[in-house]
Amino acid sequence: MKLTLKIWRQNNTQTKGELKTYQVDNITDDMSFLEMIDVLNEGLVQKNEGPVAFDHDCREGICGMCSMVINGKPHGPSDAVTTCQLHMREFKDGDTIFIEPFRANAFPVLKDLVVDRGAFDRIQQAGGFVSVNTSGNTIDANAIPVPKENADMAFDAATCIGCGACVAACKNSSAMLFVSAKVSQFALLPQGAPERKERVLKMVEQMDKEGFGACTNTGACAAECPKEISLENIARLNREYLSASFSSK
Amino acid sequence: MTSDKLNSRIPEGPLADKWSKHKNSVRLVNPANKRQIDVIVVGTGLAGASAAATLAEMGYKVKAFCFQDSPRRAHSIAAQGGINAAKNYQNDGDSVYRLFYDTIKGGDYRSREANVYRLAEVSASIIDQCVAQGVPFAREYGGLLDNRSFGGVQVSRTFYAKGQTGQQLLLGAYSAMSRQIGKGNIKLYNRHEMLDVVLVDGKCRGIIARNNVTGEIERHSAHAVALCTGGYGNVFFLSTNAMGSNVTAAWKAHKKGAFMANPCFTQIHPTCIPVSGHYQSKLTLMSESLRNDGRIWVPAKLEDAEAIRQGKKKPTEIAEADRDYYLERRYPSFGNLVPRDVASRAAKERCDAGFGVNATGEAVYLDFASAIERYGEIEANMKGMKNATKEQVIELGTKVVEKKYGNLFQMYEKITADNPYKTPMKIYPAVHYTMGGIWVDYNLMTTVPGLYACGEANFSDHGANRLGASALMQGLADGYFVLPYTIGEYLADDIRTGKISENHPAFETAEKEVNETIQKLLSINGSQTVDSFHRRLGKIMWDECGMARTEEGLKKAIAQISALREEFWRDVKVTGAANELNTELEKALRVADFLELGELMCLDALTRNESCGGHFREEYQTPDGEALRDDNDFAFVSAWEYTGEPSKAVLHKEDLKFENIKLVQRSYK
Repeated sequence: MKLTLKIWRQNNTQTKGELKTYQVDNITDDMSFLEMIDVLNEGLVQKNEGPVAFDHDCREGICGMCSMVINGKPHGPSDAVTTCQLHMREFKDGDTIFIEPFRANAFPVLKDLVVDRGAFDRIQQAGGFVSVNTSGNTIDANAIPVPKENADMAFDAATCIGCGACVAACKNSSAMLFVSAKVSQFALLPQGAPERKERVLKMVEQMDKEGFGACTNTGACAAECPKEISLENIARLNREYLSASFSSK
Repeated sequence: MTSDKLNSRIPEGPLADKWSKHKNSVRLVNPANKRQIDVIVVGTGLAGASAAATLAEMGYKVKAFCFQDSPRRAHSIAAQGGINAAKNYQNDGDSVYRLFYDTIKGGDYRSREANVYRLAEVSASIIDQCVAQGVPFAREYGGLLDNRSFGGVQVSRTFYAKGQTGQQLLLGAYSAMSRQIGKGNIKLYNRHEMLDVVLVDGKCRGIIARNNVTGEIERHSAHAVALCTGGYGNVFFLSTNAMGSNVTAAWKAHKKGAFMANPCFTQIHPTCIPVSGHYQSKLTLMSESLRNDGRIWVPAKLEDAEAIRQGKKKPTEIAEADRDYYLERRYPSFGNLVPRDVASRAAKERCDAGFGVNATGEAVYLDFASAIERYGEIEANMKGMKNATKEQVIELGTKVVEKKYGNLFQMYEKITADNPYKTPMKIYPAVHYTMGGIWVDYNLMTTVPGLYACGEANFSDHGANRLGASALMQGLADGYFVLPYTIGEYLADDIRTGKISENHPAFETAEKEVNETIQKLLSINGSQTVDSFHRRLGKIMWDECGMARTEEGLKKAIAQISALREEFWRDVKVTGAANELNTELEKALRVADFLELGELMCLDALTRNESCGGHFREEYQTPDGEALRDDNDFAFVSAWEYTGEPSKAVLHKEDLKFENIKLVQRSYK
């Protein structure tokens, strides 16, 4: 198929960007979206033009690095997939496709479609862990039984890949879905209990510091999440946060 | 005889006591002194993240580097099936010894007994540690941990978190690391690529790294450096590795004196989604855990295979009697759960004989129909449905399979647009893992003092073939439990050294060389893209140094790669500038190193005149097509010393001594 691409080009954080138009030809159904960009880029290099910079690594939907807004939707038109798992069979010959970076104040554009998501790392550093040193002498893994239901819910929350689509989808650029997934994982497991209050307070504080917006419960985040992280996690985060705020010293 | 340049430093004494005795005798560094010592960890996958976190917990000042935008993206994240540990929770007779034995045998007797035993010994602590960190492993209804089976073993010792075990373990290590970053004990350098190691007076004292956002070339000094940079499967262009996975850090270390060990030992994973076209950028793995329930087959009749390839017949139309479940036929005792090298070769053998089932003739079926029926019947019984129809049974069974493997089936359907619940998956072997890597001693130190290698980047534990669910085990064992202890032996001498100066001439020279290489690449302005060279290299490697190798083919490949490298440095086109985010330049730097490594891999394969594990030389096979080892002449680790040209590398041998296990022909029949 033959496609028209309108792609965001921006040299670096300081300069202004703009949408530029490109044509690609000989795109087949079973190509992934990123392979289509590869074809474009190989053509651009041959014409001595700078290729489109974009983040990507595992190309199997798990590393969370790829991050494009395609026709207005983070990770494109398909549900529950990352950009790298989107295939060209979702498009048809002659289509015009708009490709932009994930946009949010807390995610500055580094170049073209590449954004800086360091804010997520810093939220994690603020409290997204269990304070247990490596020792080789922790208790036996089976010493504390965990109800399967809780373990499964903790796992579902923990499958968040930290891509930032939730932020890109939200009109307020809120990071609540991301933060709530991590808070939920630990809140649902006995290992997370000792630091439960401190964790949620610190992570939310860092989230606010990074300049993410407030949550107004529209649910756009969960709708676009490639890993289908549930809104229930945000409800749990709110409960955890309230309870921690009232009872913390 | 072992070369005098290789001292494996394996402790004396009985196998089971070596590690605890060694730990008791390793020198310690007191907490106040640890604060004065810098350690650089390159790579933030399972090995790197766990090593960085643990070293920082102990008090060392750590600098961690990754080329991705966040440490959490390292490719360990993509490991699907699970992690082995000798817990014997299933009461099926598992033990440290059995895990040790299975690993040595699975590796076709080409790994070190002492290292492998230590790996098996610390495996149980890994599970304890991860659970304590809040890793949500799969559990049974009673709340205890669940297990599954993997290839090459007859017990259930694999712990898992659905098909995302690597993700959960890496996020565990990443959270431990994040905690130390928050405390200021680790300084993180993301979007940085290591481009050289720096040696001062014969010791590794730092690295040169490029900030991939600004293009700035930076000097970073330390008292020791640990490379946790993963494997080099991307030398084949197409592999299950991430796009950015590369050999550059390891190769630069090699050029500065670290020997490369067994570089030709590559794991070709049997169950990957087959190649579909020229533009393809990577291959996707379908977890080995699927072989717990999936049955692998091809049509027994050539005319059926032909009809399927032409689209005239569907797999579901082939009668049971006309199917060849070739793994069950050839290996009745292990069946579909033979080790990866055996399963891959068997698939190739059937496809080469004309039984392949996709348009290219390079695919076999992985079929869940009988598992769906089996699970469905159990469910029907549990529900008291005595006269359940076949449709009801299939519906119930489909739900069970969906619970177990749902995310993998969904991934398959996204990529191929085929529904694997209704029609068998098509799979074919693909490059997945490299057992070879930087040579290390028992302390995980390379032949360069102060330079360490952990995880897939080293060669030490998997011999000529790695068992499933053992990569995660080794990465975390090295990072959490081995390196943090053994590094003290070396650093104890550095408590009075003080900060290493980044103004030393050695840093200046290394930085200058890196800048020159970058300028050279940018100034060639040839006519061919970096990817086009990478693709050609991958084709040579896959054809001549892949699943089957011959003397003639390898000799041809060495000449071809050497010519291709010359062409690259004459005609590659790299756009953009040095001082900006430049993805073409990043790729060019990596491919330049692959073009050297590929040649060494072929040389290693050519020198090893035997077949073992993933290394299959067609000249050396048993009458029924199994790998034929030569223990008299080749029970050694080949460790290559760089001398200026990959093909002129000098071979050093480390003899493998088997004191606890008898060498026998590996049999899974």
